[in-house]
This record gives sequence, C-alpha cells and structure tokens, in this order.
Amino acid sequence: MASGKAVDAVYNIKPPPAATKLRELYYQAHFIHSHAAHFYALAAPDFVVGPDAPAAERNILGLIGKVGLEVGKEVIRQRAISQDIQIIIGGRATHPVWNLPGGVAKALTKEEREKVRPMVVEQLGFAEFGLKLFADVVMGNKAYVDLIIGDGYELVTNYMGLVDDQNKVNFFDGKVRVVDTEGNELFKYTEPEYMEYIAEHVEPYTYLKFPYLKKMGWDGFKEGKGTSIYQAAPLARLNAAEGMATPKAQAEFEKMYETLGGKPSHKLLAAHWARLIEIVYSAERMIELVEDDEILDPNVRVMPSTTPSEGVGIIEAPRGTLTHHYWTDENGIVTKANLIVGTTNNNAPISMAVKKAAQTFIKKGGEVTDGLLNMVEMAFRLFDPCFSCATHSLPGQMPLTVEIKNKDGETIETVSR
Amino acid sequence: MKLKVGIYWGAACGGCDVAILDTHEKLLDIAAKMDIYLWPIALDFKYDDVKKMEDGYLDAAIYSGAIRNSENEEIAILLRKKSKVMIALGACAHLGGIPGLANFYTRDEMLKRIYIDSESTINEEGVIPLESWNVKEGELDLPRFYNTVKTLDQVVDVEYYIPGCPPVPLQIYSALSLIWDDMLPPVGSVIGAGDKALCESCPRVKEEKTISEFKRIQQVLPDPEKCFLEQGLVCLGAATRSGCGARCIKSGVPCRGCYGPLDDVPDLGIKMLSAIASVLEPKEEKEIDDVLDTIVDPLRTFHRFSMPASILRRKKE
Ligand code: SF4
Ligand code: SF4
Ligand code: SF4
Repeated sequence: MASGKAVDAVYNIKPPPAATKLRELYYQAHFIHSHAAHFYALAAPDFVVGPDAPAAERNILGLIGKVGLEVGKEVIRQRAISQDIQIIIGGRATHPVWNLPGGVAKALTKEEREKVRPMVVEQLGFAEFGLKLFADVVMGNKAYVDLIIGDGYELVTNYMGLVDDQNKVNFFDGKVRVVDTEGNELFKYTEPEYMEYIAEHVEPYTYLKFPYLKKMGWDGFKEGKGTSIYQAAPLARLNAAEGMATPKAQAEFEKMYETLGGKPSHKLLAAHWARLIEIVYSAERMIELVEDDEILDPNVRVMPSTTPSEGVGIIEAPRGTLTHHYWTDENGIVTKANLIVGTTNNNAPISMAVKKAAQTFIKKGGEVTDGLLNMVEMAFRLFDPCFSCATHSLPGQMPLTVEIKNKDGETIETVSR
Repeated sequence: MKLKVGIYWGAACGGCDVAILDTHEKLLDIAAKMDIYLWPIALDFKYDDVKKMEDGYLDAAIYSGAIRNSENEEIAILLRKKSKVMIALGACAHLGGIPGLANFYTRDEMLKRIYIDSESTINEEGVIPLESWNVKEGELDLPRFYNTVKTLDQVVDVEYYIPGCPPVPLQIYSALSLIWDDMLPPVGSVIGAGDKALCESCPRVKEEKTISEFKRIQQVLPDPEKCFLEQGLVCLGAATRSGCGARCIKSGVPCRGCYGPLDDVPDLGIKMLSAIASVLEPKEEKEIDDVLDTIVDPLRTFHRFSMPASILRRKKE
C-alpha cells in the first residue's frame, strides 16, 4: 500500500475516491489479519500459557490447549475472514498486485459487497472478543498487571504515528505526527518531507539501521526527555495521536490510558492492548467503508498524463510507520529507492527494551531459567515477532543470543535461538 | 505415527509462512498429522534443538526464501542433513524470487547504496556492517552477505518444489498431504501445482490477434474479458505453470510468472520470448525487433521471480 501511494506520487496522480476506499478497506482487513496473527499466535501464548511455561507449549497449539479448541477454531476462522475480504477485493491476500498507479485494477461489484457486508460485522464481534479476552486473562491476573506496569518493560522515548486532520489515528492517510516523551507535539510532516525529520544511523554490528529524529541528532541509545529515539507501532501510534476516529475504539482508548495512568504511556507491554484496540478501529472502519455507496463506483483508475519522476508514499504498517521513496526514469522504471520500514523505526527501542528486560529479570546469583530468557524475548516480541520485514534483501534472521557473564566478564551461560 | 517436520525461512518476506497459516482450519489437520520441530515465526524452538537431532531424524524440512547470506546457507545445510526430504516452498526458494533481483547488482554496490548513499542515512564515517566486531563484552558476529543470491537447490539437494509467490494455501495443504498419504511423486517434481501452462486455464478470451506494440498496464485500461497479451500487455501465462487459479488475472492484472517455468523448460524468459513472437504482427526480423523494443526492461519482466535460476543467474561483473 505504501508503494501504491509512492507510485501515485511518481506519476503525480490522485486515484478516484472509490479506488482509495477499496485500498483502505483491503488494508483494514490486512491489519486485522496481521494483528490477530501477532497477538493470538505469537504473543498470547506468553500470557495465556504463561511466560515461563515450557517452550514446547508456549505456542499457538499450547494456547489452543489452554483456551479450548472452540476458541482456537474461532480465531482461525476470523483470521480466514480477514484474508478472504482481501481476496474478494484484490484477488490475493499477500502481495496485492491489483493496486496500480492511479487506482486499482478492479471495481467492487454489488454481489461482492453483499458478501463482504456480514463479514465485516463478524470481524467487529471478533475484535470485541479480543478486548474481553485481554481484560479477563491479562488484566484480571495481578501478576500480569504487575509485569505490564512494572519497570522491566518501560522505555521513555518519543512516539510517531500517522494521524488525520483531527489528530486521530489513521493507518492509511494523513500526516506523520511525532510527540515527545510527555506527549507534546514536536512536529507533523507530509510524505515528501520525511527526510527533513527522520535520519538513519549505522552501527557496524548490525545490518539494520537505527532511525532517529534528525533535528535532535544521533545521541546514542538514551531514553528520557530530550532523546532523539522514537518508537512507532501500536502503542506509539496511540501515544502520538489524540484519539481514535471510531466510537468503540475511542472508548477503549480512554480506558487503556486511564488504567495505565495517563498518556503517553511508556509501558511497552501495553502494545498488545493497543494492538487489540486497533483491531476494533479497523473493524469499525471497515463497516463504515462497506456502507459507503461510493465504494461501488466503477471508476477506479486515473490514467497518468505526466512523465514519472519521483514520489514518496507513507502508511502505517502494523508494526510501524512505513515510508517508500522511489526515483524513476521516464518509463517509470525505478532507478533508486529508499525505504524505512515498520520495525526498522523500532530498532533502537528494541535494543534498549531487551537490555532493560535482561537487567531487570536476570538477577545476580539467581538461576537463569528458560522462562526468564523468554521474558527477555517478550520485550522483542511485543514489537515484531519475525523481523524479516525490516531487513529486506539483507539477512532476514535475528538470532537472539544471550550471554550471561559474571562480574569478571566470564561467560557463565549462553543461550541462543 | 506423526511426521516430524521443520519449517524454516531464509531470505524471505514471511509471505510463505503466512500462506501456511492461511490454510486456516486445515492447520489443525496439519497439526494432527505433523509434529513441528522448528518454525521460527510461530513456535519457540531454537537452532540448538535441531543440531542435537540425529541425521535424517526429520521426515521433511520445508524451506522458504532464497539463499542470500551465510546463515541462510548454514541452516539449509543443517536441515538437509537432519531431514529425509527437503522441500523448497515458494518462488524464492524455488527460483530465487524477488530477492534474486539483487543479482543485478554487486554486494559492494548494495552495501554502499544502503549504508552510505541512501538519502536518509547520515554516516559521515562511512561505517559498513562487519561480519565480526569486538565489543568489551565479546565478539559480535553477523552472517556474511553474499554477492549472488542463490536458489535453495544451488546449495543443497532438494527433492520437491512448491511454487508461487506465495503458493496458494490450499496447494500447500495438498502438497503436504502427499507426504502423509505417502504419495510423493518422483524426486525433483514440482508439487502443489499443475503441469500445463497458465493460459490453458485462463478465463480470458483469446482471438489470435496480433500486436504491433507493447504497453504497460498504467498506460491502458484493459478490456476485462480479453487476453492481456493480445491487448499488447506482457502476460507470462504462456510460459508459466498453472496452479494459482489465475488469481492475478482475475483481479485485473497480467501474470508475472511467480509459479515458474513448466517441466523441461530451463529458462522461463526464453520460452516467453517464443510465446511473444507468435502474437507479433510483423514477420520481418527488423520490424520484430522494433516491436520487442517496446517491452520496457525485458530481463526483469521475464525473470521477475527467476533471475538466480535463469541461465544468466546474475548480471556480469
Ligand atoms: S516466495 Fe514470495 S511470499 Fe514467499 S517468501 Fe518469497 S517473496 Fe515472500
Ligand atoms: S496470456 Fe495471460 S491473459 Fe492471455 S490467455 Fe494467457 S494467461 Fe490469460
Ligand atoms: S497469475 Fe501468474 S503471477 Fe499471479 S499468482 Fe498466478 S502464476 Fe503467479
């Protein structure tokens, strides 16, 4: 979707309203699939099965064992609905090639809309189920609440997210808003302006770069007031906005910040809560889009009339602000590209969060169990379960090796994944 | 007895793993038939668990992604040793895929572009990531970033290929069921796909029209019923294996060839050129050349998913 917007900009064209709405409808369904996979398959096992459960059970199958097959089946069925909505609109759920410069390749038919209509309503029910599960299983358990509001998973940084003109969270369009550690707006930028605000730093020990706020300069891995480090992704998006554009998501937004003790919240594990609120927003927004009659307009493409040259497209990817910048020749063949992808934004915060969790949970003289190491990994997993998106053609693997050293610098234990 | 399986990704986008998840309710079926011993995206097991296995312990290893660095290759070799059957899942493992387009550049060009020249990067000291770096706590290692992206079967023996970017989920399921039903075809086969060209199952109408110019999809509003190629849009259906259900074509865009070439076709690009020649209006060599010249960036168009597997493999240095 970011590349779709970038090629619109390359050709200097604006897609017809129906095309923009179809892209957004597709994208909201994509968000639900991605967030549902992240939460239910990759994060929930830590909570529902338990952070220090045996590794062989701490997964989606263990989760099903715990919550019951019926719930497991329902999650699978709902994720299938999100994927099917994308297939109905754009032909495929991964790599939607129907997205073209100036619009989309296929309009939505009346029959297709009727098919999608009940599906989006079901998705809202599923979204609300997620919040209930979180309230019961996570917030209803004092040990987990302590984990969420404790110091082990706290990081004080700036926050970034795309917002509409009311400063409400928007995944698809608007301006990028950045707030400081206290929630004050630092700046807002449009797509072509990104390079004035964001810069990337290189370290020799990783293929992944470290983006930071350019005006403040790279000042290392420091948290707290005045830092140039920012976070993107669910909690950051909510921190960077003033609210949600749909009613149910807004109500839960208020509840979350009340529980966490104010906004912005630096409690990293609350990202999972924010993720579930975003699912509600996506579902509510899908209903609005499906009910909008303009979505059936057969006019879904504008033909380019200018010579293509350069363009930037920005959206919110599930795991953070996604920027695509292309330069092309006169045939529209890309000659150069610059991408800052979702998780890359969070590279410095992830490194700092993992370090902090390790320092909090691994105690001098205490036994270093697999469960403790998993609690360190949870600091990573709350940002991104896979990491392949952030490294592109570069190595897509992020092996986590924890070396535990004693005070003399001798390695006493090494655990790697 | 349940099958023992490992699932892994090399230089991949994760879409192939998502395609496995997209078997939806059949996932429970898969879980009933297979014990999964490694699956980095979904399960919490570690490389060490695999290293401790006896050779040939796993019934199958399913590998998505191309080979772009030393870690991708090391794990491919490890899984090969530990598995009776090695399966390449998706266009990247099968043919090199989208990461294989990096073979139009050299390693040094890429590292310089990404870490030094990129417009948003500030790197006055010209730092480029190193394979080994000493910090006070010890040495940090990075996998070696290769000059040339390879297919899985260019580094280990592969028994079966499930094509597609990503493969259609139900095709993954039917390919896996061949393992537990003990119905695997001869070694080297493509499974979970058809054996005819996509054109044969394409719903678009062909009229044996000839064309005198090629256009790109952003320049025309194609007729939704008629063959793309006959409308002057490059569509790789004639040289591409069927099995995807023509999903791109049904959503209004030509085939880009992700299911790869048919059996006994070593090079999709060469096969495609002959298919294109058959729809050209001019028959004189010079005029044919003029029409072919209207195809913008033919090499990357024909080898979008298959550069490393093509006879060219990479751009000459
Ligand atoms: S084949 Fe396609 S979907 Fe699969 S990993 Fe490669 S790029 Fe991703
Ligand atoms: S060339 Fe493309 S559009 Fe034409 S019949 Fe073949 S697959 Fe269909
Ligand atoms: S139509 Fe072509 S590019 Fe699209 S999925 Fe099928 S084989 Fe792949």
